[in-house]
Amino acid sequence: MSAHRDSRPGTGSYREAVFFGLALASLTVVSAWSLFIGVSDIGISDVLHAESSKMLLFVESRVPRLAAILLSGSAMGVVGLIMQSLVRNRFVAPTTAGTVDAASLGLVIASVWFAGASIFLKMSLAVVFALGGTALFMVLVQRLRYADIIVVPLIGIMLGGVIQAAATFLALRYDLLQSLSAWTNGDFSGILRGRYELLYAVGGLTVIAYLFANRFTLVGMGRDVAVNLGVNYHRILYGGLALAASVTAVVVVVVGGIPFLGLVVPNLVTMTMGDNLRRVLPVTAISGAFFVLVCDIVSRTIRFPYEIPVGTVVGVVGGVIFLMLVLRSRSNAG
Amino acid sequence: MLAERWRIASAVSHGGMAEISRPVWVLLLLGLLLAAVIALFMTYDLKGSLSFALELRGRKVGAMLLVGFAVAYSSVLFHTITNNRILTPSLMGFDALYVLIQTGAAFLFGILAFLAIDVRLRFCIEVGIMLAFAAILYRLLFGRENRDLFMLVLAGIIVGTVFTSLTALIMRVLDPSEFLTLQDLLFANFSTINKDLLLVSAGAVVVVFLFTRPLLGQLDAVAIGREHAINLGVDHQGLVRRCLIAIAVLVSVSTALVGPVAFLGLLVSNMAYQLTGTFRHRYTPAAAGLIAAIALIGGQFLLQEVFASEVRLSVIISFIGGVYLILLLLREAGR
Repeated sequence: MSAHRDSRPGTGSYREAVFFGLALASLTVVSAWSLFIGVSDIGISDVLHAESSKMLLFVESRVPRLAAILLSGSAMGVVGLIMQSLVRNRFVAPTTAGTVDAASLGLVIASVWFAGASIFLKMSLAVVFALGGTALFMVLVQRLRYADIIVVPLIGIMLGGVIQAAATFLALRYDLLQSLSAWTNGDFSGILRGRYELLYAVGGLTVIAYLFANRFTLVGMGRDVAVNLGVNYHRILYGGLALAASVTAVVVVVVGGIPFLGLVVPNLVTMTMGDNLRRVLPVTAISGAFFVLVCDIVSRTIRFPYEIPVGTVVGVVGGVIFLMLVLRSRSNAG
Repeated sequence: MLAERWRIASAVSHGGMAEISRPVWVLLLLGLLLAAVIALFMTYDLKGSLSFALELRGRKVGAMLLVGFAVAYSSVLFHTITNNRILTPSLMGFDALYVLIQTGAAFLFGILAFLAIDVRLRFCIEVGIMLAFAAILYRLLFGRENRDLFMLVLAGIIVGTVFTSLTALIMRVLDPSEFLTLQDLLFANFSTINKDLLLVSAGAVVVVFLFTRPLLGQLDAVAIGREHAINLGVDHQGLVRRCLIAIAVLVSVSTALVGPVAFLGLLVSNMAYQLTGTFRHRYTPAAAGLIAAIALIGGQFLLQEVFASEVRLSVIISFIGGVYLILLLLREAGR
């Protein structure tokens, strides 16, 4: 776990309030800016004058896209934070626990054997597989006598690789490779009104996570502490992980995987604010949304008028940050 | 550490006559098996123009032999100089780096200018850049004392992911038509082997082999550990440097021919250690190379002829390799 910072009220809470306000303000500004980036030139005056054709584009595409970014970015940040706390390892996240790959395997299977099924059935199968993949990860990790901070995510990454190989195998057989790469590599360019509303469920789950934040914190302190303080350890542990897996699966269905997001954002936040989930969670949500938003703007503008999947941009930026965190962890522990 | 003790024991006890026979037997059997697999691959279901079919299949077999040997040899060398059995060049992102260099060069200079350069010169330049990066990576990761194996594996995997994402990013930024040309170049597979490239690769592998052949005895000492090797009079730093050069060339060869084949090196080198029961470099590179060639040619044959499947061999290798690595990690960290 990362170092516990000063958690006394007073100086800390003042700094946090400023931090929170700044984060929220910058998120709002960048969000507003992002609404006016795109091939079709829409200005503020067009929106104010409600010019019909441009207004249509604005409501059908730009606003849904922003909503999808904010919802999935914040949810994935929070999910990563919860997983890190519950598994007591700050390098565990949906990408490093096999969750994302298991969800996309579920989608491949749904497309092969239940091709005509509704999106809800496909999503349910993705959720079931995400739960199974995460459970398998937990089983493997619990076999370790000493849960090393590095070995645990390493096993998760390898598990993800194995599941992904299985998914690729099926995808190659049934000509689904293109769909598979869309699920593993997140992309907001296909988001339109009517195609992202499932993400509101993710927003709801994020709020539920906030309500349980204190209990997650206690479970993160270890089984003995949690049980002593009257927390139903196993119910909170597995409930929290199930929540994380479900959120991940829904985001994979709608947007696709966003690599390293749940890993990098919570780590950067807890490094400055400590490990009390209730305090850290809102900032993590805002930072996650901000991170994805900035990466999405980069992916929209770097090769204008074409777009690059946001997952590719996040893969580069997040990967570099993750690498620095991993290399740092040694000098801290040493 | 059991492996450590075993390594020392086998290095010491191999003076005796009794135990020498096992690795030799293993090599002989593997050689026979490889010959059988090649014969099967060359002659199965031959139709139409005999010479054409044989040339086409011969080219494939040649490429797979080269790739198998290059992957196996580079992995064994890397295991020895890093003193463990898990890290391989491909786990450290070396092959992803090669693809990134090619993509980056095509992006900077334009794909046509890139293709206009002579294949041999291009290969040399690419290997040079690989080497520079390999040296930096090595210095960065192994330069300090008190290194942590698992951290290196994790760092290597992340580095590889970043290289792959960066490649994808550059490809997206390229012109769609240039992208297609580059994709053909980068994602070569066993069915479309460039004849010139095959010859250049074969030459490079032979040179590497002759260059490292006299070092194999010293590598046995390096395998026992850095301090022991220096005590025994080995120029450790120089040897490591030469091995890195060899590894950079070998990884470039295999990646240029068929693209990244993750986990193949990990699987075949560990199988070679198990089968031969020794870490002596007189036997392990040869055994690992034979196993790799058998796996590639036999696997390709099974996929193509028996299962008539579109599935790529690399997918199956990464599935088996991933499971194997998880077991290896559980065993190493579970102690």
